[in-house]
Amino acid sequence: MSESIIKPEELAKKIDYEPPKKGWLDPSVEFKRGVYNYSGIPKNVEYLQLPNPRKWQPEDPDWQLPENWKEIILNGLKERLDKFRSLKIFMDICVRCGACSDKCHFFIGSGDPKNMPVLRAELLRSIYRNDFTAAGKVFGKFAGARELTIDVIKEWFYYFYQCTQCRRCSVFCPYGIDTAEVTILVRELLNLIGINIDWVITPVANCFRTGNHLGIQPHGFKDSIDFAVEDLESITGIKVDAPINKKGAEILFVVPSADYFGEPHYFTLLGYLALFHEIGLDYTWTTFASEGGNFGSFVSHDLMKSLNTKIYAEAKRLGVKYIIGGECGHMWRVLHQYMDTMNGPADFLEKPVSPITGTKFENANSTKMVHICEFTADLIKNNKIKIDKNRNDHRKVTFHDSCNPARAMGLIEEPRYVINNVCNYFYEMPENTIKEQTFCCGSGAGLGTDENLEMRLRGGFPRANAVKFVKEKYGVNFLGCICAIDKATLPPLMDYWVGGVEVGGVHELVGNALIMKSEKERTTDLRGDPLLTNESVKK
Amino acid sequence: MYDSGKILIGIIVFLILFTSPTWYDLVFGTPATKPNLVLPNKADQKECVMTTEYMRDNHMELLNIWRDDAVRKGDRIFTTASGKEFEMSLTKTCLNCHSNKAEFCDQCHNYLGVSPYCWDCHVDPKTVEIK
Amino acid sequence: MNILFSFFAVLIIILAVIIGVETAQLEFLFGVIIPYAAIATFILGIIYRILKWAKSPVPFRIPTVTGQEKSLSWIKSNKLDSPNSTLGVIGRMALEVLLFRSLFRNTKTQLKDGPALVYGSSKYLWLGALVFHWSFLIIVLRHFRYFAEPIPSFVIFLQNYDGLFQIGLPILYVTDVLILAALTFLFLRRITDPKLKYISLSSDYFPLFLIISIAVTGILMRYFAKVDIVSVKELAIGLFSFNPVIPNGIGIMFYIHLFLVSVLIAYFPFSKLLHMPGVFLSPTRNLANNSRMKRHINPWNKPVRIHTYEEYEDEFRDKMKAAGIPVEKE
Repeated sequence: MSESIIKPEELAKKIDYEPPKKGWLDPSVEFKRGVYNYSGIPKNVEYLQLPNPRKWQPEDPDWQLPENWKEIILNGLKERLDKFRSLKIFMDICVRCGACSDKCHFFIGSGDPKNMPVLRAELLRSIYRNDFTAAGKVFGKFAGARELTIDVIKEWFYYFYQCTQCRRCSVFCPYGIDTAEVTILVRELLNLIGINIDWVITPVANCFRTGNHLGIQPHGFKDSIDFAVEDLESITGIKVDAPINKKGAEILFVVPSADYFGEPHYFTLLGYLALFHEIGLDYTWTTFASEGGNFGSFVSHDLMKSLNTKIYAEAKRLGVKYIIGGECGHMWRVLHQYMDTMNGPADFLEKPVSPITGTKFENANSTKMVHICEFTADLIKNNKIKIDKNRNDHRKVTFHDSCNPARAMGLIEEPRYVINNVCNYFYEMPENTIKEQTFCCGSGAGLGTDENLEMRLRGGFPRANAVKFVKEKYGVNFLGCICAIDKATLPPLMDYWVGGVEVGGVHELVGNALIMKSEKERTTDLRGDPLLTNESVKK
Repeated sequence: MYDSGKILIGIIVFLILFTSPTWYDLVFGTPATKPNLVLPNKADQKECVMTTEYMRDNHMELLNIWRDDAVRKGDRIFTTASGKEFEMSLTKTCLNCHSNKAEFCDQCHNYLGVSPYCWDCHVDPKTVEIK
Repeated sequence: MNILFSFFAVLIIILAVIIGVETAQLEFLFGVIIPYAAIATFILGIIYRILKWAKSPVPFRIPTVTGQEKSLSWIKSNKLDSPNSTLGVIGRMALEVLLFRSLFRNTKTQLKDGPALVYGSSKYLWLGALVFHWSFLIIVLRHFRYFAEPIPSFVIFLQNYDGLFQIGLPILYVTDVLILAALTFLFLRRITDPKLKYISLSSDYFPLFLIISIAVTGILMRYFAKVDIVSVKELAIGLFSFNPVIPNGIGIMFYIHLFLVSVLIAYFPFSKLLHMPGVFLSPTRNLANNSRMKRHINPWNKPVRIHTYEEYEDEFRDKMKAAGIPVEKE
């Protein structure tokens, strides 16, 4: 953790929800280290054939924009207004009632008034009024209109990269105005003149080329999976089969790439491997679509589609019947709400039916993608797997609803059902911080970089604070989640604000509790942490 | 997806709702039915207790004052600006001249949807006589 | 600044009509021409706006889901917050429009020592907004006693219940009190909450002041500056049946009221008041959460640059073969 970051108590003390006296119409941004992301490196901007590749950083006074940048932005805005009814409506109907104002985790953690969702959208709305509405043209400033200047662009960059597209504000808005939609479209606009961040652009370039955001090549992928198979064998005594790019398998399994390269994601991967072996699932991994997480969705609809095509293409090439998707948040936003529209119809696949229970997943009849939690919940309900809940007794678990599975899919009870069936100790966080009102980890939508750490810790404050509450009340020591960004960014967040809480996936808990045929006696969980034995409990 | 059909239905509903006064008046209405007051024609009484304009706007308040003065204070005499005295009584004074409720009071009250509670207690002498 | 601008704007509107009617005798302008122009602007303006919105497609199915999805048969799905059918969407929208369901969820975030974040229930905005909108609706409907002849029975029904307490004479309408109370609350909220004050624009204060003035002039006409309401109805019916007449001596307060209303409805299609038709078209509230069940079509589904498997294998074939990963071309 960076030393420049002050202690949590001091940081919290400095949060002031009272905005300054001066109005917001005059743009002003100061790029302080720790609260913004570095720009996209030219090589990858170029590789993706995006406009204006160059070396620049947000702190530079001159951003080296194309000469006609203003025209490009305004034309781009017009094009998007014509393509997205959502944008037009969201620009026209906000009444500034302020219901959203204190719902954003970035506002709660920073007190910066421009992090109020209403004002974040007003940053664009003010330009829209100025150039696209009669009232704005006539009354100017009095109608809340302002001219598009370089400083406005800088402000956009700053604040639209302080939005994780979590959609919590949209829950509270009486008209459902969704800042995530505004953020995606403003990021699209910024991209038109070459403004982007590296933690989006480089992963997108990697995904485009190698299929996953870390740029892992096929043999590296296989090494990781083989390694996991060995690890699992040393824990369970069972060598599982993990087919890769296997033609004719029944099911294609797609996960976020961190599952096979990052910790604690990796333990969830072990859980998947154990589960699929135990139920004898005929499935395959894929190197080509080796990233479920769609980094394209953090920058534009085009890149979202571009990366997402790989999943159906691979399913078709391998001739599978349908697809199961692993634990990931923004990935599931795309799979659930965009994939079929963008890259369907998936008429080369079959309507998903669990080969183990015979259950028809009718809710996925068209897209043909089933969430792993839906799949596992069905297995447990039908008693198809044997479980020893006690193996998770060293975990006092709470569950963090990942933004998109909760607010885009409504995947709320499935993971809870699974957790409750594999753990003895499960405690909910306060109701205003879970389910559809869940708080973001603070690092989604491409913001999870080290250089942005202070902002991430601020944005993650509401989530962390809720965890702290259940830690103090129930002794919670394990934060379960179903998102790769959560797994990557919640651990430092917990260390900073809470302490003593580990983060892991739901299927890690499943893997711990799963009794496998002819397995050896387990002494550790999938992390290698010792299990509570009768003796240790007595102590 | 445009949902043009649904939007069209919405626009039609909007139009119907917000133009409803017009088509209501055109279809059901009798726009010409303005109140047609039959004014009293009494030889011995040419003057009302107050001016016509005052009475038009404020008769309900005056009646209210009369009721309070007469019933609660026992004060039954009202003196007009010109010094003339009247008994404060709806039945004996007002209805004495404006003897036809249907052609006087009800004209405006019905036209404007006013339901005064005078007649909760008072009776229209005419309807009594008919009995 | 924003407050003063809006305040003076409303003041000028009132002065304009006083001067226009009292000194320049422009009754026909303020009583007939402007109301007609305002109604036309309102109706055509709103239709124009809706068509403008309708011209842009809804490319993706993006409802904000606030409840359990329909998935496995034994998990109870939330049919209103995660609707999977048109009926559910209608229910969700109806609750939103009639009862402001999303605002009912509102909370207030407080940061306490510890640090500890507390989310208290905060229903004042919901209550204020609901009281204002419902009172406004009932008041508008009550006005049908001027618009329609014979008076529809629902007007009498509303009047009876609105004046249920029989306080004062003419009988006090509860909605008159409520709308003023709610508007005052909505205004005070904007100026006392620093966050609200920061986000409020002239275009937020202006309609507030306008509607407050309309309510106040209406109440003044009922109690203090009475007008000849028989003539008012004559004028109203004349307008609606396209036989405009200007009866003599209605009273200035009526013209002020009428002009303010004209300004409000003419302003409507150019302002945030468009939330009235707009809420029905909001894609996060009017779509069913069934995007994996039924394919949603995007009319402009834009072709994008893709990286095919063939290109991928061409780049990595040797490494794949060496690692024992099956390939298409040996």
